[in-house]
Amino acid sequence: MNKVEQISIFLENKPGGLELVTRVLRDAAINIRALSLADTSDFGVLRLIVNDAEKAKQVLKDNGFTVGRTSVVAVLVPDRPGGLHGILEVLSKENVNVEYMYAYVERSGEHAIIIFRFNATDRAIEILTKSGFTVLPGEKVYSL
Amino acid sequence: MIYNEEFETLPREALEALQVKRLQQVVQRVYHTVGFYKRTFDNAGIKPDDIKSLDDLKRLPFTTKQDLRDNYPYGLFAVPMSSVVRVHASSGTTGRSTVVGYTKRDIDTWSELMARCFVMAGLTKNDIIHNAYGYGLFTGGLGAHYGAERLGASVIPMSGGNTKRQIMILQDFGPTAICATPSYTLYLAEHGEEMGVDMRSLKLRVGVLGAEPWSEKMRAQIEDKLNITALDIYGLSEVMGPGVSMECIEAKQGLHVFEDHFIAEIINPETGESVPEGETGELVFTTITKEAFPLIRYRTRDISRLVKAPCKCGRTHLRMDRVTGRSDDMLIIRGVNVYPSQIEGVLLNIPGLEPHYMLIVDREGNLDTLEVQVEVGEKFFSETGEVKVLQEISRRISKDIKDYLGVSTKVKLVEPKTIQRFEGKAKRVIDKRNI
Repeated sequence: MNKVEQISIFLENKPGGLELVTRVLRDAAINIRALSLADTSDFGVLRLIVNDAEKAKQVLKDNGFTVGRTSVVAVLVPDRPGGLHGILEVLSKENVNVEYMYAYVERSGEHAIIIFRFNATDRAIEILTKSGFTVLPGEKVYSL
Repeated sequence: MIYNEEFETLPREALEALQVKRLQQVVQRVYHTVGFYKRTFDNAGIKPDDIKSLDDLKRLPFTTKQDLRDNYPYGLFAVPMSSVVRVHASSGTTGRSTVVGYTKRDIDTWSELMARCFVMAGLTKNDIIHNAYGYGLFTGGLGAHYGAERLGASVIPMSGGNTKRQIMILQDFGPTAICATPSYTLYLAEHGEEMGVDMRSLKLRVGVLGAEPWSEKMRAQIEDKLNITALDIYGLSEVMGPGVSMECIEAKQGLHVFEDHFIAEIINPETGESVPEGETGELVFTTITKEAFPLIRYRTRDISRLVKAPCKCGRTHLRMDRVTGRSDDMLIIRGVNVYPSQIEGVLLNIPGLEPHYMLIVDREGNLDTLEVQVEVGEKFFSETGEVKVLQEISRRISKDIKDYLGVSTKVKLVEPKTIQRFEGKAKRVIDKRNI
C-alpha cells in the first residue's frame, strides 16, 4: 500500500531540544521533507518525513532520543479553492477520521501535497484512490 | 483552665505509678488476645509478668507500620468486632493502608483528650469551632468534632475544601476557633484577602492546627493574617488520631503528651536504643488505655524531643517538641501521608512507563504541590508515537494517584534516561519546601 513512514520524536519542553534534533539530522546528511510539531503544556512530539527514515531513526536513537514510527498518507491536493474540501468530503461520507494533517514543503506540478494521519489508514487510501485522488507512494515522497 | 485537673496535674510520681499499672494491664491484655504480640514477645523472650517498672518497657519489641500493614485489616485488634464501634484508616494503596478500631470507651477517651486540647487552647463551651479537618476515614474531622461536642462548644462540621464557602461561613457564623492544617489555614486567610474580606476582624481567636509539620515562621504568618493565636496539635491515627499531644496557650512551647493514656519515648532511629532525656530522636508511643487497637512501642518515624521540665500552665505531663522531620521517606502533602513506594506502585501498574521517576515537592503560595516526573518507555513510544496516547497516560497517572492516595499531582513525562540512575539507595524525592 502507498503509505508514508513518519517518524515522531518525543521532546520535553525545554530550550535546545529541537535544535539538537536538527543538528543530528544535519550531521547525518538527512533532509527533512515535511514536519509538524504537536505540543502540550509539558512535552512536544515532532513529526517528520525525511528522505531516509531508517537512517534518521538510527542516528536519533543513537543520540538518546525516543523515536516512534507512524504510517501516514500523502495525498495530492488540487491547488485551487475547494481542493482540500473535496478530499475531506469523501472521507467524511465514509466516516474516516482525520487525526491530524500538515502540508508538505514542496508542490508537485499543479498540486499541493498534504500529509494525513487517519484513524483507518488502509481504508482511507482505498477510498481516496477509488474517488480519483492521487495517493503518493513512500519512495516518491522521500525523494521528491 | 484545665479540662481534667486531676489527671492533667498529677504529681510525676503518681503519674508514673499510674503508667506502670496501666502498662502492665495492656501488656497482659495484648499478649493474650493478639497473636502478633504473643509471637513478638515470645521471640524477644519476655513475659508480661516481667514488666515491673517503666524502665522494663524498653525490653518490649517495637511495632512498626509494616507490622500494621502485614496484619491488615483487623489482625491487631484486641477485641471482637462486636465491640468495635468505629474504624478509621490512613491513606494507602488498596490493601496497604493501616486500619484502626475504637470501642465505645476508646471514642470516649479520644473525645475527652480532644476536649482537653481545646481547653488547653483557651476554649470553653461558649466557643464556636469551625472544623475544617476532613471528615471520613481520616481521623482529623471526627476526632475534633467529638472533642468539641464533649466540651459543649458549638461545632461547624465544615470538613475540607470548598474554600469560598468556608470563608463565607467564617464571616457569617462567627466561629471563634478553627481546626485545620496550618497550610490550609494560611490558604484560607490569603484567599479571603483576595476576595476582599478583612480576615483580621473575624471573630476567630484561636487556631488548633496540625496534621503536618510547620514552623514558627508559619505560625507568625497565620497569627498575623488572621489575628489569632495559632497552636500546634499532634496525633496519628495509629495511636488514636489528633489529640495525642497539644500545645498550651500559656507557654506555646512544646506539646503536652497525655501521659495518663500514652507513654512516649525517644529512640535513636538507627540503633533503636533509648536516647538520654532531652535529646532528639524518633518518637515511640505505647497506648496504655486503648481497648480495640492497643499499640506497644509504636515507631512513629516522627523526629522530636521530650522535655519533663515543669510548665507554667500547671500541667505535669511532659512536652514534646514540634515535630521537625521524619526518620523515613514519608511525605506529608496537604495533610495526606504519601510514601514514594506507594507512587511507585501506581506507576508500575501503568503499561508504557519506566520505573524511573522523581517526585518534586514544593509549596506554591501556601499549598503543597507534588510533581511526578516519569520517563516514557522507549518501546511504548516507538509503537505509537502519538501525542494523544501520551496525554492519556499522563491523565491516567494523575487519576490513579488521586484515586489510591487521595492527593492531586502534576504529571510530567520526561525523555528516557534523563532521570538520574542510582546505585544503592535511590533518591526519589526533591523537597523544595522551606518550612
